[in-house]
Amino acid sequence: MIPDIGHYALMIALLVASLQAILPLAGLSGNNEKLFAFATPMARLQSVLIIIAFIILDYSFYVNDFSVMYVANTSNSNLPLIFRLAAVWGGHEGSILFWVAILAIWTLAVTFFAKELPLRFRSTLIAVMGLITAGFLLFILMTSNPFERLDIIPFDGRDLNPLLQDPGMVFHPPLLYMGYVGFSVAFAFAIAALLDGRLDVTWARWTRPWTTAAWVFLTLGIALGSRWAYYELGWGGWWFWDAVENASFMPWLIGTALIHSLAVTEKRDAFKSWTVLLSICAFSLSLLGTFIVRSGVLTSVHAFAIDPSRGLFILVFLALVIGGALLLFALRAPSIGLGEKFDLLSRETLLLSNNVVLFTATGAVLLGTLYPLVIDAMGLGKISVGPPYFDVVFVAIMVPGVFLMGIGPIARWKKATVPELTDKLKWASVVSIVSALLVPSVMGKFTPMIFVGLLMAFWVMSSVWVSVSTRLKAIPTGTLRQKFKSFGPAFNGMLLAHFGLAVFIVGVTMVKGYEQESDIIIKKGEIKLINGYAFRFEGIKPIRGANYVAKQGQFYVSKDGKPVTLLTPEKRLYLAQRVVMTEASISINPVRDIYVSLGEELEGDQKGMWSVRVYFKPFVQWIWMGCLLMGLGGILTIVDKRYRLKKKTSKATA
Amino acid sequence: MISLHPLLLAVLLAFTSATFAADKPSSPSTEARLKSLSTELRCLVCQNSTLADSDANLAQDLRNEIRMLIDDGKTDEEVVTFLVARYGDFVTFRPPVNANTALLWFGPFIMLIIGAIILIVTLKKRAGMPEPAGERS
Amino acid sequence: MKLKALVPLLLFIVLLVFLGKGLFLNPREVPSPLIGKPAPAFTAPILGDATKLFSSADMKGRVWMLNMWASWCAACRVEHQLLVEMLEHGLPIYGLAYKDIEKDALAVLEKIGNPYVITASDADGRIGIDYGVYGVPETYIIDKAGIIRYKQIGPIIPADLHEKILPLLKELEA
Repeated sequence: MIPDIGHYALMIALLVASLQAILPLAGLSGNNEKLFAFATPMARLQSVLIIIAFIILDYSFYVNDFSVMYVANTSNSNLPLIFRLAAVWGGHEGSILFWVAILAIWTLAVTFFAKELPLRFRSTLIAVMGLITAGFLLFILMTSNPFERLDIIPFDGRDLNPLLQDPGMVFHPPLLYMGYVGFSVAFAFAIAALLDGRLDVTWARWTRPWTTAAWVFLTLGIALGSRWAYYELGWGGWWFWDAVENASFMPWLIGTALIHSLAVTEKRDAFKSWTVLLSICAFSLSLLGTFIVRSGVLTSVHAFAIDPSRGLFILVFLALVIGGALLLFALRAPSIGLGEKFDLLSRETLLLSNNVVLFTATGAVLLGTLYPLVIDAMGLGKISVGPPYFDVVFVAIMVPGVFLMGIGPIARWKKATVPELTDKLKWASVVSIVSALLVPSVMGKFTPMIFVGLLMAFWVMSSVWVSVSTRLKAIPTGTLRQKFKSFGPAFNGMLLAHFGLAVFIVGVTMVKGYEQESDIIIKKGEIKLINGYAFRFEGIKPIRGANYVAKQGQFYVSKDGKPVTLLTPEKRLYLAQRVVMTEASISINPVRDIYVSLGEELEGDQKGMWSVRVYFKPFVQWIWMGCLLMGLGGILTIVDKRYRLKKKTSKATA
Repeated sequence: MISLHPLLLAVLLAFTSATFAADKPSSPSTEARLKSLSTELRCLVCQNSTLADSDANLAQDLRNEIRMLIDDGKTDEEVVTFLVARYGDFVTFRPPVNANTALLWFGPFIMLIIGAIILIVTLKKRAGMPEPAGERS
Repeated sequence: MKLKALVPLLLFIVLLVFLGKGLFLNPREVPSPLIGKPAPAFTAPILGDATKLFSSADMKGRVWMLNMWASWCAACRVEHQLLVEMLEHGLPIYGLAYKDIEKDALAVLEKIGNPYVITASDADGRIGIDYGVYGVPETYIIDKAGIIRYKQIGPIIPADLHEKILPLLKELEA
């Protein structure tokens, strides 16, 4: 009975969301305030209904209601509670409901926090979000109903894919979806502006915090996904340029471009058409990602079950939403004004050059991801495009971008001069080059790739230092803390985010440049020396988990006679699906990870011995620490009081 | 079976097939070359894995085949050509550079240059236009 | 309306066309690069009698089909009955037991019927590699000049038999 309530809730939500969309939009031409007034209440009602439906589905997981087909397919009574609850987004039907539930959360947020927007604009905004919600609800109800029931209730469920039975599963999808779906707000802002025919700096000021918030979630979501893959998949990889990874990365790249473009638009009332186009692109890429993951068009580790009929529905939805938005853009964009001028060499130009680089990088990722499909569709055969392509092309395009990132924050608004810039940055360039040469000589290996990576990272770090020290010098009195406070969270956030990217680059460069892999065969009691560390294998311990049995290897690791850690990699047999999984064991450290993975127990004359893989990954944690810093930087920029000014003044006048 | 994705299926298959050809490691230099080659090749059974990481029988067979080719004196390029001749371009993650893939390899760089040109031209054109009324600083 | 502003929409429409086409393609299928090329030469022991050999050169001047199969291959059973019927109709089907154990392969043929004129054994799978086999069953149609003209990936189903295989065989025999 309860799952049926969930189903009805979705049906009513569809009706309400349609009203949320149609009524305010109908009122646009006549500026009918009565119709505008429907937006917020309809939006809140529909969002609550969707959230109720989602809670009901999760409740079905909680109580192991296997009469619900989706629960039977994705869960199991032995599945630990936390994974049972997270399994709700483990399959297609549940995750698309989750998508819409996240959209409901953002919709609610807009109805509560966007109160300072004029009624007409706000209602249009909410109406656009209602259109998207309605489209997804229609998709769910017609092709992917998570509340479908089974006539014969199975004794137990088929269990969640063991690869997903991990804390990563609890946090990665929510963060990712908050980001992905959050770009719908920026999209709605863009559409509302186009419909209004009016676009000014206030529009940019309103859009910025929403865009940055979505961007922060996406940054953290992607980083978490990468880290999860690193420790879960057993071979220490953290990014594969897999189609679905790219599908989340492209909105992130455009989102980053958008944040920077909004800065120019807000400052100079310029390049508004371009910013609007980027807003449309960011969410369009999110929708494209949804299509790629669920249509079976591209092979991917992450893809949900292949179903061309679902793919067709999403494609039509894509065509209508994105096509409609781009058509509106073509009709209305040119009427948006020109804005103030700035010099060819200025901070504004450097921000826009960031856009050129990021836009091109996104294009490269899109091209690489879809090219196999294009070639196949044209009957020209079948090719694969993987890391050998992306690593080369993407990095080559980003290098100039990162270089300019060191200059942008130093350059003045409106007009910067070459002598001024060289003067400020000469010290930074020397430090970067020297450091980029020093580190490889200490590590004992030099390659051009390592040099360029470190050079870019140190360049950005020194540039951040120059920004900070210049500003600190300009304030004669006060404590360090007071001085930093006076910079404002926006500036501090920007520096932190840029610094975070540099940390990320250090991590990537060091790991790729210096990681080491050893394949060993070891028997109980034996000690192997790898990279100065001694690994003593003390055999296998049988252990039992909630829904698996495992063989756990005991590896005592020491260096120079001093114990470092005990690593316990496992080979698990998950009982429900009878699937074997390797669970690596990692010793984490700011300067290196030691990563051990069990291979096979050998037979024949090597009986009783195990093949084991040992990885040394220098600075690998910097990859995700850098992403965390970027996210924190983003959060800082949102809390800047510039965005809360209106509320404060209205409080003062109240 | 619907949501059982390729990686797991491969593991299952590895445990159900009759013959089990184990990897036969060769000399360290051969193994090093095998590693660098196989990380750029696709496993055709578990298509989301590289030849280096896959446990599938065919992957093991192909790794051994590559070892034989390397020990035979073949260059990296010849090894890839050998596999592409049998499985097509799909087997290598590094797309070939030919007329069909010219757009793929060179498109982004051309886009970068064109983008930079458009930006500079647009800014120069703006510089020549009159400032709109009501300046904001 | 400035024409420049239409560019994003036009690019998007191009993308849509490709995505739409993509829905009807199979991204996992690996087409053979050997079509139109000479069938890789091989000599293999006959299943059950290692003293006798079967060579691809033996088939020169004749149209024939090479079916890769194995006793451990579940999908091969799907097409097995059809292959038996095809042999009864006189189609030249030759089998290659891919990475199989002889006695298992013989047991299967004994149990459910032998659809092959001759079956050879590719125990280590190297002939399979030469032919680009990545998942049995796979079937090749080879013409009189020894050129591969068609590859069936996966089991042969009646639709493929009638629409593609029989017409091609007729054409090649002529």
